[in-house]
Amino acid sequence: MSQVTTGEQRSIFSLFNFIAFIVLGLGIYLTYLRFTGGLAAVTNLSDYNPWGLWISFDLLCGVALAAGGYVTSASVYLFGMKKYHSAVRPAILTAFLGYALVFLAINYDVGRPWRLPYPLLVQQGTTSVLFEVGLCVATYLTILFIEFSPAAMEWLGLKKARNLVVKLTILLTIFGVVLSTMHQSSLGSLFLIAPSKLHPLWYSSYIPIYFFVTSIIAGLSMVILESTLSHRFFAYKMDETHLKEANDITFGFGKAASYVLAGYFAVKVMGISSGNNWHYLKTEYGTWYLVELLGFVALPSFLYAMGVRIKSLGLIRWTSVLAVLGVILNRFNVCLVAFNWQLPPDERYFPRWTEIGISIFIVMIGLVLYRFIVTRMPILYEHPDYKDAH
Amino acid sequence: MTISRRKFLGWLGAAGMSTAFGKSAAAATHEHFTGYPNSFAILHDITLCVGCRICEDACNKVNHLPPPDKPFTDLAVLDKHRRTTTKAYTVVNKYENKGPSKGPVFYKKQCNHCLEPACASACFVRALTKTDTGAVTYDSSVCVGCRYCMIACPFEIPTYEYDQVLTPRIQKCTMCYPRIIKGQLPGCVEACPMEALSFGKRKDMIKLARMRFRKHPDRYVDHIYGEHEMGGTSWLYVSGTPFKDLGMREDLGVTPAPQLTAGALSSVPVIAGLWPALLAGIYAVSKRKEKIARTEQEQAVAAAMDKKGAAKTQTEEES
Amino acid sequence: MHQVFYTLQDFMTHTESVTYLLVIATLVGMTLFWLFLTGKDED
Repeated sequence: MSQVTTGEQRSIFSLFNFIAFIVLGLGIYLTYLRFTGGLAAVTNLSDYNPWGLWISFDLLCGVALAAGGYVTSASVYLFGMKKYHSAVRPAILTAFLGYALVFLAINYDVGRPWRLPYPLLVQQGTTSVLFEVGLCVATYLTILFIEFSPAAMEWLGLKKARNLVVKLTILLTIFGVVLSTMHQSSLGSLFLIAPSKLHPLWYSSYIPIYFFVTSIIAGLSMVILESTLSHRFFAYKMDETHLKEANDITFGFGKAASYVLAGYFAVKVMGISSGNNWHYLKTEYGTWYLVELLGFVALPSFLYAMGVRIKSLGLIRWTSVLAVLGVILNRFNVCLVAFNWQLPPDERYFPRWTEIGISIFIVMIGLVLYRFIVTRMPILYEHPDYKDAH
Repeated sequence: MTISRRKFLGWLGAAGMSTAFGKSAAAATHEHFTGYPNSFAILHDITLCVGCRICEDACNKVNHLPPPDKPFTDLAVLDKHRRTTTKAYTVVNKYENKGPSKGPVFYKKQCNHCLEPACASACFVRALTKTDTGAVTYDSSVCVGCRYCMIACPFEIPTYEYDQVLTPRIQKCTMCYPRIIKGQLPGCVEACPMEALSFGKRKDMIKLARMRFRKHPDRYVDHIYGEHEMGGTSWLYVSGTPFKDLGMREDLGVTPAPQLTAGALSSVPVIAGLWPALLAGIYAVSKRKEKIARTEQEQAVAAAMDKKGAAKTQTEEES
Repeated sequence: MHQVFYTLQDFMTHTESVTYLLVIATLVGMTLFWLFLTGKDED
């Protein structure tokens, strides 16, 4: 397994390192501001807008975009689609880092992060959807850590431990799907308590279904996206199996995403019908809703299908970007744009640059950790000592 | 591809099933909850409010809140609509009079101490509680600062101390809980010079409101705001001006907040119980298919070997 | 029903608490039962 570091790769890495250094440095400074000046020092949150960028992006998008972990592991281990096997470890890694970063971001957002264990250990607010989200996310983060650990253990040479954990794969995968179904949908259910604040086109008793289905779309699309980027920057770490299976993964996941997007589109339309909300489509918010539904759900569904039919990897890859942006757009719409839609313009929220800075900082930590792990541990290749991984 | 369709159908079917179950489970509670029997309420007669802001002053003193930016005697403050803040549990706002009497209309806004508070339902650490006195209280000793209560409150009441680093708290009207359990009146009720605020048992306050409607039918809009809104509140309002002209939302409905999320919550046990069976079943089926494919392949190889062997022996015999 | 609930909030706090405990028991139980069910499977 040769590690060829060409001149081109080295220069890309040092540009990345330069940007990473700046972002990480700025992030540390913003962290200092947050924890010496409070939320007021670094956010535009207000009494009308208690949830801002860190909830809509770091929490809602973070969790949705990490869904590739349960989707891929379920496809391979439960549905038996062995030809996607090389996609599992990268997906689990992305999911593990994703959820870990969600937890990191929550520590910035809540007023007293040291009290985060309270709902579990001190007093349980069991009527709260947020209680369920917290419980599920914490448990699932543990499961993801365990699912990721064989790669680390192979790197560290902990053979016995690694073999023991691998035996738990099916169990962990099933738990992963159960917990993911619960919390992906519950993140949407959070908004069910505020019908007077969320625009009728986005407020629906089907929100939990919408969030769950879009997590599948996000998961499938992120695996394609991550595979594209990994091939661009880490192809030299990939083994034969990985390189051979890559195209099939892109086609297979693109096909699945196309169909799920189509189903989601249908359910969204039927959701409008069940609320009798057609007349809202004529309004400004209605236009924006159609942008989301047609441009970021119907269009990627069609483009994915085209990509599969004409066998264009490029079209599928670009469409994965569109689909991911669509899920991000939906989360932002539910949380920030369509939320508080009835408030006057001067009371509406827009993030401060410091909030954006911390979100970028958190993403950068993820990228740096991803690179660290992928260039050292058997994620994109099989460790020679454990070739029985199938 | 059949497999991806099956995967999609499986997921959507199960999710749809759990929604269906979820809805029916929530409806399975045929119980009707009437609230704590002797809880208190405040009746705010908006026709009597003159916008003097003495109630705001009293509230500030009773709760030891920091001094305001502008004194309570400054009535120019009323020219702009204000909301509650971390320094002001209650605010009086001025509105144009669209009712029968002359002059501008004023009304006092604060936590409505809902019978089924959205904030209490939303709080994942039970920091907000509906007490048997009717007051909805806040326990800052467990609050994590997630601010979901602020998202939940349909009346936009809870405020947050965003500028505090170590001890940020939610701030809102307490119905002067420490005072009312001692038999005292809430600070604002005691201070109001116009008797625009009456304090007593909720059922008595509703009777009082209806009595006023009977006595002066032309003076009031025939509706007690808070009697049924969001399942009912402990702060009741009667007014000569239509409530929506006072910025009070008339589209909140009568569904109590906990019911809004009950359906979603009830899908959790269904997923926990049924999905392991569903997924294990899918796993078993795919394992079985694999086994069959492998057996068939082995048989095909064996048959080919037999054929080859038979052909070989024949050739050997011939040669 | 020996315990009286005056509010839906109190009722749901109680029922959801019990439900969560049952959910955890169910997940553990389903795991153990599956191991029992597939214990004597070949391969």
